[in-house]
Amino acid sequence: MAAMAAGTALRELRYVEGPIRAFAIATVFWGVVGFLMGVVIAAQLAWPLLNLDLEWTTFGRLRPVHTSAVIFAFGGNALFCTSLYVVQRTCRARLFGGEEMGWFLFWGYQLVIVTAALGYVLGVTQGKEYAEPEWYVDLWLTVVWVFYLVAFGGTILRREEPHIYVANWFYLAFIITVAMLHIGNNLALPIGDGLAKSYGLAAGVQDAMIQWWYGHNAVGFFLTAGFLGMMYYFIPKQAERPVYSYRLSIVHFWALIFLYIWAGPHHLHYTALPDWAQTLGMVFSIMLWMPSWGGMINGIMTLSGAWDKLRTNPGLRFSVTAVGFYGMSTFEGPVMSIKAVNALSHYTDWTVGHVHSGAMGWVGFVTFGALYWLVPVLWRKKGLYSERLVSWHFWIATLGIVLYITAMWVSGIMQGLMWRAYDELGFLQYSFIETVAAMHPYYVIRFLGGVLYLSGALIMVYNLWKTVTEVPRVEEAAVPARAVPAAAQ
Amino acid sequence: MLETLAEHQSLFSTLWVVWFFLLFIGILVWVLRPSQRRQLERHADIPLREER
Repeated sequence: MAAMAAGTALRELRYVEGPIRAFAIATVFWGVVGFLMGVVIAAQLAWPLLNLDLEWTTFGRLRPVHTSAVIFAFGGNALFCTSLYVVQRTCRARLFGGEEMGWFLFWGYQLVIVTAALGYVLGVTQGKEYAEPEWYVDLWLTVVWVFYLVAFGGTILRREEPHIYVANWFYLAFIITVAMLHIGNNLALPIGDGLAKSYGLAAGVQDAMIQWWYGHNAVGFFLTAGFLGMMYYFIPKQAERPVYSYRLSIVHFWALIFLYIWAGPHHLHYTALPDWAQTLGMVFSIMLWMPSWGGMINGIMTLSGAWDKLRTNPGLRFSVTAVGFYGMSTFEGPVMSIKAVNALSHYTDWTVGHVHSGAMGWVGFVTFGALYWLVPVLWRKKGLYSERLVSWHFWIATLGIVLYITAMWVSGIMQGLMWRAYDELGFLQYSFIETVAAMHPYYVIRFLGGVLYLSGALIMVYNLWKTVTEVPRVEEAAVPARAVPAAAQ
Repeated sequence: MLETLAEHQSLFSTLWVVWFFLLFIGILVWVLRPSQRRQLERHADIPLREER
């Protein structure tokens, strides 16, 4: 018993873990909040009465609560949690700044989330998609983010492992690029009534281009590069084999970095944006196929020779299915960026379905896979409370995604076709409200898909809670003396 | 000075593309040369070598 306590204490000296456990809890908590908000606003679209005729509960105010909760609260906490874990382990170095740094990042980031969400509900917004928080939240996030970069970069600089493992490259690219995007898109002057209003530096089509330079690269570097970092650590750990090709990981990393930043203009096809910029965005989006599929092949082929693990390890099933969804949505994205296709798909539910196959399938599933592996490790448990419940979560959530994206494909393409239908005299065939009414059944199916996804997440909450409270602890061998850093001796 | 630079902006942006292209080719050569093989396999083992 004493030896076990000593072993645990030594591990705490070696690596910072307390704040990482807190980030794991926050990931699960905000995940449930974000999925619940998604279900609520999906229900509002199907049954508008649920807007309740109150300004605070209208779709327009709750939608950014949903998007920010899933992207920045759920996804962001997952990235903090895993990046700080992975960088310490693969560098074999303690977090730069220690426990205090970890706790500052944790509480600092939660403050960003809460102040942003309060603003949305009360009607305080910049009106920029995925960059809604007003200037005071933006400034505070910048402070937290600079500390994040210092903590992450500082840990890399004090590494004992000579090589920087590829997962850290992806995480670092995510941290640096998000800092650049965040500052670039949020340059604004606070002015007017009170403190809660500002005006952006750019205007007109320049503002739109900066917004989608930000928006698309938030997808590229927050939701792609960051989570690829997660993939490159947790899939090898779960499969207990090294990544399929380390060469491919380097090549697709640089290809992704070189190409992604130019793809933003595909959000502005057939607008006031100059044609050459639209074509540039389209071409770069299509070129992105190569690095995206490089990553997918690398993730999935890591299982080569160990496919049986998919049957016996439901956590790994999440991670690998996530990579499958990544491949699928990064195939669909370039197709939708082609101007002729975009003419049909833009402004329809097809876009919404595309985003959700990436968000729920890739980002959600790769995070669930990492959590099912990481929670027992962080709390030093022998394993999960129930593998069966992981399987239930997997199948319920997968069914939810399938319902969601198929409903949105059908409704999106139908919507696009109805909008462009002419009668024999050249008049529009349908009024707008007719297209809205036609969507109703698909909105109900989408709502059901969301309910299933949320139910799966609640099963995960129960399972992880039981894992932490009921599963016995691992008997730890005392850490050998050489594993204790000089500073701790 | 600034005006001369601005006049040749299109030349500079073309050169920038060429430079990035060469840089990427350089990365490919660096990573794919056969002598790197064993070294890269060792890098891939980093997450599996750590103590729990």
